[in-house]
Amino acid sequence: MRRSLTLYGLTFSLPLLIWQLLFFVFPLVFLVALSFWTVKNFRMQPDIDAVNWVTMYGRPLFWQAYGITFAMSAAAAALVSALAFPCSYAIAFKLSETGRRWAVFLMVIPFFTSYLVRVYSWQIFLSDAGIINVMLGWVGLGPYGLLNTVGATMIGYLTLTFPLVVLLQLFSLAFIDRTLIEAAHNLRCGRLRTVFAVIIPSARVGLVIAALFAFILSFGDFVSPIYLGGGDPTTLSILITDTTKSGQQWPRAAVIALTMIGTLMAVAFAAVRFAYKGRTK
Amino acid sequence: MPKTTAPNIGFTRRSLLATGAAVLATPMLSRRAFAAPTELTMLAWYGHAEPDIVAEFEAENNVKFVPKYYTGGDNMLGLISQSPAGTYDVILSDAEYVQALNEAGYVEELDPNDYAISDYFPEFQNFPGNWSDGKLFSLVTRFGFLGVAYNTDALTEAEASSYNVFWNEKLAGKVGHFDWHLPNLGQMSLLSGNANPYDIDGAAWQAVQDKTMSLRPQIGGFFDYGGTFSSLNDGQMLAFAGIGDWITGVLEKNGAKVRSVIPEEGGLQWSECFSIGKGSQKADLAKKWIQYITSAKGQAKSAQMAAYPALIPNQKGWEVLQTENPDEAKRQGMTKDAGNVIDMIRAGRIKYRQWPVQQSLEDWNDFWSEYKGA
Repeated sequence: MRRSLTLYGLTFSLPLLIWQLLFFVFPLVFLVALSFWTVKNFRMQPDIDAVNWVTMYGRPLFWQAYGITFAMSAAAAALVSALAFPCSYAIAFKLSETGRRWAVFLMVIPFFTSYLVRVYSWQIFLSDAGIINVMLGWVGLGPYGLLNTVGATMIGYLTLTFPLVVLLQLFSLAFIDRTLIEAAHNLRCGRLRTVFAVIIPSARVGLVIAALFAFILSFGDFVSPIYLGGGDPTTLSILITDTTKSGQQWPRAAVIALTMIGTLMAVAFAAVRFAYKGRTK
Repeated sequence: MPKTTAPNIGFTRRSLLATGAAVLATPMLSRRAFAAPTELTMLAWYGHAEPDIVAEFEAENNVKFVPKYYTGGDNMLGLISQSPAGTYDVILSDAEYVQALNEAGYVEELDPNDYAISDYFPEFQNFPGNWSDGKLFSLVTRFGFLGVAYNTDALTEAEASSYNVFWNEKLAGKVGHFDWHLPNLGQMSLLSGNANPYDIDGAAWQAVQDKTMSLRPQIGGFFDYGGTFSSLNDGQMLAFAGIGDWITGVLEKNGAKVRSVIPEEGGLQWSECFSIGKGSQKADLAKKWIQYITSAKGQAKSAQMAAYPALIPNQKGWEVLQTENPDEAKRQGMTKDAGNVIDMIRAGRIKYRQWPVQQSLEDWNDFWSEYKGA
């Protein structure tokens, strides 16, 4: 049955619609328009010219940055999912009710501090004269170049995404029907096999969504690649700042931003399809 | 059961609240006894409207500066072009961008007779970009040199006295770039022997690119302002291209073992100029501020700015600085001794940082992006 619009229904749905229009659709439309503007002597002029798209897409550098950013954030998503799973598994199945509440609370605490501050504090650990290298020095090792590497960028990505991924995984693990696990055990399925044959498939939606969030956050992150990775290699977020610094080239930056938005939409769509694949409800 | 009452100590909750409210309101009342300070908006690099610079002027003229800090010349032009005329009363701009401000009509004409330009060193009295068709549009207020920044534990001053030090084996992975093409490529151009580092033909430009590319394996990172600061401070980078005393001076004052030196191939000069924003409603006050900061007293303050130190073009400002803070005058080379910074300029060792003349800005920037991605 198709319900007619009521004032009551509109009261609740309109604010959300207006919100979406105001903060997502309008900026996006503007960004698309901006990508066709031209720049003369530091001044942007409204125009309809595909020059920015042609220039950016014609540069090998752009595709190189694109590939690196994609690979790094995909690696971060896989890594953080693998590292977070044992943690969220333990919280969901091994802890008492009280313990679980504390664990959730602990996972929320990182959000109290600015991400930028947390990344800066990693520098104290990772620099050549930093805590890790000093401790390695006690046993006669190092110093190793840890800061300004891809590995350091990964640590930054993990700092950004780990607590969120644990929480998302936890919520899907917590809602698994325990009778399924008991049934598996009754059918003499070992612990490890239960995890792979029962728990992971049951929690697939949550696990995939968690990995998707890790990918989205890492893909657009600027702070880790610049402050832990030393701006080398160039990621798309760094390329955006480079582009705006070269004579007000906001239209070209818009091209990069739109490409990133398109990529994230495609990835999100594919991930959600995969997550809900075979589900009939 | 006996009735219990709270001991009477002379306060009731109500009287306490009333007293509290009165105490809180007092500053509001006393404030009204004075005229509200006039607000003056300033568009500038960070530090120019901080108390160490403006407090005295604010007190003397009952002014309150409302700063808007930008993070680069492009950012500055963007902010001006997006705001209605008259938004910014005072504008501080790097010399490269002064022309652009002028051509876009973002700044008011200045009357040269209003300012103590005759106290300036002759080199700065007709500063390029400040004048256009014999009319003054902005006034240079401070400047600085860009050379080789180095860790004094890792390198001697003699070693750091050539841009070739960046290729030194012991600096592998320890050379940092301030992430802006103009100062870095200008230095590479000086190293390639170009007398006018920004006015080079196609062959020379290619040579600069090749030379720069050969440095890539040595590079440990490309840093913004904050990253440059921390990586020099904690010794993560041992040498830096594209910066000078405006960063190492601050670190040095705080005890870090870093310094900047102008190498034998020469150094670059950045310059900051003040203008009055087009359509400013408080142009008189803005003029008064520029008079103050270009006067001997204001100049000495400017040289010692907490955010980043700089050299000053006013000779009388040098004298004030020499009496007020002889150590800082000596550290920055603003003394009467031979070899001071004006002598360096007169010896032709310093070139202005400017836009590329024969290539487009885009060419330089595109190469810089490629270099970073290599």
